[in-house]
Amino acid sequence: MNKVTDIKTAIDHVRKNDTVLLGGFGNVGAPMHLLYELATRPDTDGLTLVSEDMHYGNLPFVQGPEVLLRSGQLKKIVVSFIGSHKPVETAINDGSLELEFVPQGTLAERLRAAGVGLGGFYTPTGVGTEVEEGKETRIIDGKKYILEKPLRGNVALVKAYMADRMGNAVFKLTANNFNTVMAMAADTVILEVEKLVEVGDIEPDRVDLPGIFVDYVVVEEGAMI
Amino acid sequence: MDKRSFIAMNVAQMFSDGDVVNLGVGIPTLASSYVPENVEVLFHAENGCVGAGEAGGFPWDDSSRESFIAWLESCGGEKGSWRTVHRDLCNASGEVIKLIPGAACFDSCMAFGIARGGHLDATVLGALQVDQYCNLANWKIPGKKLNGMGGAMDIVTGAKRVIIAMEHCSRDGEPKIVKHCTLPLTAVGRVNTIVTDKCIIECVPGTLTVTATAPGVSREDIIASTGAELVFAENIAEMITE
Repeated sequence: MNKVTDIKTAIDHVRKNDTVLLGGFGNVGAPMHLLYELATRPDTDGLTLVSEDMHYGNLPFVQGPEVLLRSGQLKKIVVSFIGSHKPVETAINDGSLELEFVPQGTLAERLRAAGVGLGGFYTPTGVGTEVEEGKETRIIDGKKYILEKPLRGNVALVKAYMADRMGNAVFKLTANNFNTVMAMAADTVILEVEKLVEVGDIEPDRVDLPGIFVDYVVVEEGAMI
Repeated sequence: MDKRSFIAMNVAQMFSDGDVVNLGVGIPTLASSYVPENVEVLFHAENGCVGAGEAGGFPWDDSSRESFIAWLESCGGEKGSWRTVHRDLCNASGEVIKLIPGAACFDSCMAFGIARGGHLDATVLGALQVDQYCNLANWKIPGKKLNGMGGAMDIVTGAKRVIIAMEHCSRDGEPKIVKHCTLPLTAVGRVNTIVTDKCIIECVPGTLTVTATAPGVSREDIIASTGAELVFAENIAEMITE
């Protein structure tokens, strides 16, 4: 079993109209090489992007998912935060980009629900706000909850510090964030790592993301771009 | 002392030793600088840690590509450290941070399990509006820029104590403490305490009670700059200035 492949072959698995789950919280834990490779393929368009955020930094090579907006590949974004970001706002206001805001914790849990085979979950987050609109609610032990449904992707682009050829991965510090749940919630999972190690080098009880969730491993050493 | 630091200092007096606290951006973040000496607080950052320490800016916005790459190389992989700087370590504003000894990192599900599950002793956030039913509006102004709620809804919904730290009135002098919020809500009935540059207010749905006032600020001033009915506690404390 060898899941290691080159970046172009890996990104070939992203198809037109796919729902793409993108790991990371800003730059930290974001698979920037995979993202920028995807952004070189304007024909792979109509994408629905699920990401915590849209804008990562001002430098041209760390701008995050907004590069997919610029390349005309996005149909819809499912995010918890945009912040102050003109190009995204303009696209949403002129109707060329669809937007779904999801509270950050609900976003993580909807992905997890998809990954662990749950039909949804009841959460108190958003009760009495516009997040509740159009959703089923239920009183459990006297407290009101909203039913939130699972969120699945066709492809997940995720990033870890290191992995072995079987895809067993280790994150550093706060770089895990959405990567684990996104890897669990997609049909095809492409993992970018900074460092490839031999199978057995990672102690089994130190594996953060078991390789069983990973389909392709892409090694990109050094700085992001 | 400026208004913002004054508010932050008074908020920090509400923390107890061992508390786990989530701080929002702006004035709330300043509160971490005024934690009393004998009080150890673990700051929770919803992107994935407890024990968040000193913040160190946004290198991703640096102006030169060369200096940025040099920075990345210097603190990536095994070269960086949670004690100094690591490119895989940030807070919920995306700012690079240090961790304190005893910190722990985890994924987003755990981060929000902590928030939603009632494991945060307190959260401190800013507000656009708070009303007398303890409702909070702090994420959206219709027709203005799109922002997104981020983690605010989950955190306010789950924290044991919700402290609002904000200037008493908006920039154009309008009351931010009102009878009914007119802006989209973040959470219903969750606010416990409001700390402003004029006073401290303890909240239960239906009743806002002023428990402390800033030096030199009169009841009349507070009433005139508040859009909701206020009750004044029998013993009013004075907010601290140092």
